Amino acid sequence: MASIFTHEFNTPIYKGKTSFNTGLYIDGKFVDGSDKTTIDIINPATGKVITKVAEATPKDVDIAVAAAHKAFETTWGLNAGGAERSRLLGKLARLMEEHQQELAAIEALDNGKTFTWAMDVDTTFAIDTIRYYAGWADKIHGQVQETDERKLSYTRHEPIGVVGQIIPWNFPLLMMSWKLGPALATGNCVILKPSEFTPLTAIRMCELVHEAGFPPGSVNLLTGYGNTVGSAISSHMKIDKVAFTGSTLVGRKIMEAAAKTNLKDITLELGGKSPNIIFDDADVDQAVNWAAHGIYWNHGQACSAGSRIFVQSGIYDEFLEKFTEKSRSLKVGDPFALDSFQGPQVSKAQYDRIMGYIQSGKDQGATVHLGGDRNGTEGYYINPTIFTDTTPDMKIVQEEIFGPVGVVIKFEDDEDVIRQANDTVFGLASAVFSQNITRALTTAHRLKAGTAWVNCVNQLHANVPFGGFKQSGIGRELGEYALHNYTAVKSVQVNLGHVM
Amino acid sequence: MTPTFTHEFNTPVYKGKSLFSTGLYINGKFVEGSDGTTIDVINPTTGKITTKVAEATSKDVDIAVDAAQKAFDTTWGLNVGGAGRAKMLGKLAQLMEEHQQELSALESLNNGKTFSWAMNADIPIAIETIRYYAGWADKIHGQVQETDEKKLTYSRHEPIGVVGQIIPWNFPLVMMTWKIGPALATGNCIVMKPSEFTPLTALRMCELIQEAGFPPGVFNLLTGYGSTVGAAIASHMKIEKIAFTGSTLVGRKVMEAAAKSNLKNVTLELGGKNANIICNDADLDQAVSWAVHGSYWNHGQACTAGSRIFVQSGIYDEFLAKFTEKSRALKASKIWDTYGPDSYQGPQVSKNQFDRIMGFIQSGKDQGATVVLGGDRNGTEGYFINPTIFTDTTPDMKIVQEEIFGPVGVVIKFEDEEDVVQQANDSVFGLAAAVFSQNITRALTIAHRLKAGTAWVNCVNQIHPNVPFGGFKQSGIGRELGEYALANYTAVKAVQVNLGYVM
Repeated sequence: MASIFTHEFNTPIYKGKTSFNTGLYIDGKFVDGSDKTTIDIINPATGKVITKVAEATPKDVDIAVAAAHKAFETTWGLNAGGAERSRLLGKLARLMEEHQQELAAIEALDNGKTFTWAMDVDTTFAIDTIRYYAGWADKIHGQVQETDERKLSYTRHEPIGVVGQIIPWNFPLLMMSWKLGPALATGNCVILKPSEFTPLTAIRMCELVHEAGFPPGSVNLLTGYGNTVGSAISSHMKIDKVAFTGSTLVGRKIMEAAAKTNLKDITLELGGKSPNIIFDDADVDQAVNWAAHGIYWNHGQACSAGSRIFVQSGIYDEFLEKFTEKSRSLKVGDPFALDSFQGPQVSKAQYDRIMGYIQSGKDQGATVHLGGDRNGTEGYYINPTIFTDTTPDMKIVQEEIFGPVGVVIKFEDDEDVIRQANDTVFGLASAVFSQNITRALTTAHRLKAGTAWVNCVNQLHANVPFGGFKQSGIGRELGEYALHNYTAVKSVQVNLGHVM
Repeated sequence: MTPTFTHEFNTPVYKGKSLFSTGLYINGKFVEGSDGTTIDVINPTTGKITTKVAEATSKDVDIAVDAAQKAFDTTWGLNVGGAGRAKMLGKLAQLMEEHQQELSALESLNNGKTFSWAMNADIPIAIETIRYYAGWADKIHGQVQETDEKKLTYSRHEPIGVVGQIIPWNFPLVMMTWKIGPALATGNCIVMKPSEFTPLTALRMCELIQEAGFPPGVFNLLTGYGSTVGAAIASHMKIEKIAFTGSTLVGRKVMEAAAKSNLKNVTLELGGKNANIICNDADLDQAVSWAVHGSYWNHGQACTAGSRIFVQSGIYDEFLAKFTEKSRALKASKIWDTYGPDSYQGPQVSKNQFDRIMGFIQSGKDQGATVVLGGDRNGTEGYFINPTIFTDTTPDMKIVQEEIFGPVGVVIKFEDEEDVVQQANDSVFGLAAAVFSQNITRALTIAHRLKAGTAWVNCVNQIHPNVPFGGFKQSGIGRELGEYALANYTAVKAVQVNLGYVM
């Protein structure tokens, strides 16, 4: 009998209660894992266990896939029309809205992001994403190609069937909505593995999914580890598509597993080392504020983080001074304190990893201009950190740190900075600050990245596509583009007059 | 100075001459392979050598990729607008039309398909495909998402850069155009490996591509083996995308190599074991004629071949009699010489394929199926196989499960609609399928329920440049042809310009 997690929030910023089942969610029911094992969920602000949740095994993946196929053949898939799918997604968005504070509080407790950010961005954007795809659900249009009277040829954009989705721990609820939205709008059944670090909002969402009326088996949630559950999903012979967001290292394994098994289609959203280029003719004060948002938002735990900050020599000193001031002013503290900007990193493993990079920066001779150390003695807090005097080959310049660590690099020449910005295996995002229209747009167009922000950073919208060039990924999420990830195109050609 | 191939065609259906370079085509020049080695190109009607062509190595792949990247950064890619690309592709289509007979004759000589089929199907489809994509080149539209005055958000559909393309031997020129059409229309540079069995029309095309005005480095052709050149392309760190048509077995290797190297995007067009379902209420005579086309077109060497023919019991006997008759008639009058004016079916493409198909035929006999027609070699020279029909099969037999890729059809009786749909879908493949019925509800419902990328209704093996084509399940990833193919060769970049949000 899967257990219930109950928590009373009694904090300066939020008072409320939550209570929900911590089992796996399969075929419309909460159940224990096949091996009856559990996973401890840690509060990164304290390092202490919040609760245990049921752990899934590959056997549970098989059970879930069978339930999903059954639902696809009977109550979902082509058996539920667009209007019906639209209605259910709309209901889900409304339920999320009704429980927004509760979801934000659970997210802050589990992930460590502040309640304020969880309310203002994570949950708000997640609700918008579900609402956005509710609007697409009855507009999954195929195409009619030919007007020759001897032939009717048209395409149907069918749901693929049972799709596997593996999401990360940095924006748990948001990542779930990016995946569920287009997959459910197009009629697929979902097997979703949340991060074993941050499953709580995903589990709570299953209750809302259930309440919204999605048929049993259409959405299944299996909390478990990557090398067991994640691997089982990516190599499953009866899952026809897998979508993964996470590290480039694991992304490779997913694609390899797909190739070796049933050639399932894949979409991947992987890492980044995104450049933020600030020209002499930028609005410096705005550039400072956006640069801070670029690297410190979500404690630097964003794939799109503007972690390489290129500043043109004419404004370098002014920028560095103001940027340091701004970074110093950001309050690091408890996620539920009234004025916290930045909470702890998500786990000890991540904390150690980031501190390792900071150490490598010091060892390789970069200057720690600000921070570079732990904040406090409890929990995984790291102070906003700025490195200067780097060289391109340093680890902190090459590799994705995924923490509140920015590298500020002086540049002279437009051509040279574009070359430096593009000189990476990654290509997820980029930003340009300039008030000159020709320079701003030309630079944006020349940056080899899936997103180019101009005079802003880290702005995401449900209707704008997002994804990586090069080793940052394959495919695009969000916008109309995401629908293609979850549809199987079938051409039907009806002969009305060609005689053999 | 690379060697050239000269051939005089003196046949009942075509008289003419062809002369072209047999080197690798890199950066606008024909060159020898880095190792100076060559590959023998065999004539499948005789088993004898037609000519030698230069062999590429992985070193040549590096050279070609560099040339392609340079062209992309300077003379192609975003440096040439859509109108420029449209004009060149249009010119290419025109040049292909001017040389249509020559190209058909070369294709026939190299692949073994009849001159008639090459002239009437292959080359026209190839020309149409290039012309179709010429029309798309200046219509690669991005999207503007937002109308909020504080933000301008738009997506650019940019060329990816240097793309790798590996094509098979069954429809050499057609397969080449399916690949280069959308890739060039969207502004990419190409490193292409044709099949080492059938490189001749691809080589001839390089000269036409040059004549059409494509800058050096935009298109590069490297004839070589899959295990050397193909592998080098699939795992190249500077190729951002690979498109492969061929067997499911090799498709896996391509995807694996992509994953292990630089996570390049992949599209795959793989095998099929396609169902052709003929219901009691079909137009029987038409169903017979189409079934023949489904089984024997291109000597069965089509990924879409309707190789499992399900016939409902009410018309089974009549169908089998007429189908056998029609297939026998092909043998009697039409398979003798690729260039004969009445030829329907030429030889299989190579000894390898011949042996493989004969192996499947033997397995059918061994596993207890009935040979109603054929099942043997035709003649004593070249790789000709007679149209073959098996009946009395069981679902587990190799000839029912696996892709034979030869002129071998399996005819299976069925009673029940539900049962036949389930049987048809019971395959790891999902490339194409066909339904014959005059009842609108039955015809379309079955078509919609078949798990395949293409469902033909009252026809089979109909391909059009504007209609998407591709596989469900292990038959592939992605769609070629139509507007859909453009997505395979574009990298979507979202540009978000802040016009009013203050941080």
